[in-house]
Amino acid sequence: MNKALVIGTSFGGLEALKTIIPALPADFKLPILVVLHIGDHNNDSFVQYLNGISKLSIKEAEEKDEIKKGHVYFAPPNYHMMVEDDETISFSADLKVHHSRPSIDVLFESAAWTYKNRLVGVILTGLNQDGAYGLKTIKDYGGTTLVENPENAVASIMPKAALSETNVDFVLELDKISNKLIELSVQD
Amino acid sequence: MEQNKSSVIDNIDIEIPLFLEAVYQKYSYDFRDYSKAHVKRRLLHRMSIGRFTSISHMQEKVLRDKAFFIDLLEDLSINVTEMFRDPDFYKSFRENVVPTLKTYPFIKIWHAGCSTGEEVYSLAILLKEEGLLDRCQVYATDFNRKVLEIAKHGIYQTQELDKFQRNYIKSGGKEKLSDYYTLKYGSIKFDQALSKHVVFADHNLVTDHVFAEVNLILCRNVLIYFNRELQNKVINLFHESLVHSGHLCLGSKESLRFTQHEHSFADIDAKQKIFKKKIG
Repeated sequence: MNKALVIGTSFGGLEALKTIIPALPADFKLPILVVLHIGDHNNDSFVQYLNGISKLSIKEAEEKDEIKKGHVYFAPPNYHMMVEDDETISFSADLKVHHSRPSIDVLFESAAWTYKNRLVGVILTGLNQDGAYGLKTIKDYGGTTLVENPENAVASIMPKAALSETNVDFVLELDKISNKLIELSVQD
Repeated sequence: MEQNKSSVIDNIDIEIPLFLEAVYQKYSYDFRDYSKAHVKRRLLHRMSIGRFTSISHMQEKVLRDKAFFIDLLEDLSINVTEMFRDPDFYKSFRENVVPTLKTYPFIKIWHAGCSTGEEVYSLAILLKEEGLLDRCQVYATDFNRKVLEIAKHGIYQTQELDKFQRNYIKSGGKEKLSDYYTLKYGSIKFDQALSKHVVFADHNLVTDHVFAEVNLILCRNVLIYFNRELQNKVINLFHESLVHSGHLCLGSKESLRFTQHEHSFADIDAKQKIFKKKIG
């Protein structure tokens, strides 16, 4: 059984997440950790808005939060978000990775260390290479990898970079992703 | 049946605790209660640039080579900082802490984990503009002697100067940031009058004790690297060091949650993480 889901995206990510997250059911079995690049801006209003239109409970992550199923945790601006081996969240103000803090690579790698082959990693639309290394790490640990089809993504660089690093399990159109995630959330 | 990989412990997760124990035994620097993901990431980075085949291999090196240990200290301490980092914090500090500080005849301040000192100079500028600097004694501490040297000299690269200026203005700065430094050879050097009241000193929050009773503690973006036990220990240390009604300022993503002293402090500005020690 999978234990967690991680999602990384940048340009076009607000819209993409609005398509995926509200389509997930209230009894969705996995916790979701999200890195969305939005520069120095805070994401309070987006998180609130998304929470309002979703059945899952969505918030900006806090340090030492226990990672619980049915909850969605957004990385705060200007901090890397990591998963500890006791399934809690930690932050780091370390250097940017691919000009990004939070970085998708940092989240995905630490999540792979903890959840190993019971992790699902998703890369959506975006404008840089962040996430490609992280998704590869998830695959190396035996996890499941999914990338939005770059042909139809708002920005293709991020999904393309991910596809060039890893032999990913699923390449899907944006509107097909939530159903696949529901399937993966209950799969043995 | 497919082997369940989550039940297999990676060798590295056996090796890292042994490595940290070796570092502690040999050099008395204690990283055993740091956030594991943070330590693992930094050690893997060093392992990769040093071309070590394993953490055990690197352990052999660190036990025998002090210079290598010094490099490792750099890896494990995060020294990313900037002038007036989180300007809203400084703005709130001016509004909510300065009025109390003005009631003290003499003000002792502990800036714990000061790194390369940008935030120490930021605070000194703020205190000067509020007419308080001359009655302050600031202890700026870090466990990393290399960064303390940089902090003492107060010389910084100009590449982030634009950001520093913007932060200063957003923080409620009353003058021009350029009034406080001289520009030379592509670097800026802060006016030494700012650091006249600052003592830069080697202090390790993990292994050292209370060294003074202070009116104000700033410790921003240090606790995030610690596990709950260590956070608790350090908050105890701060509680013990503060006078009654003394202020504690943490980083924007840090809190007193899960510590023994969660209720021993009152919120002054919950969002900017400014707290005040309760009486009793």
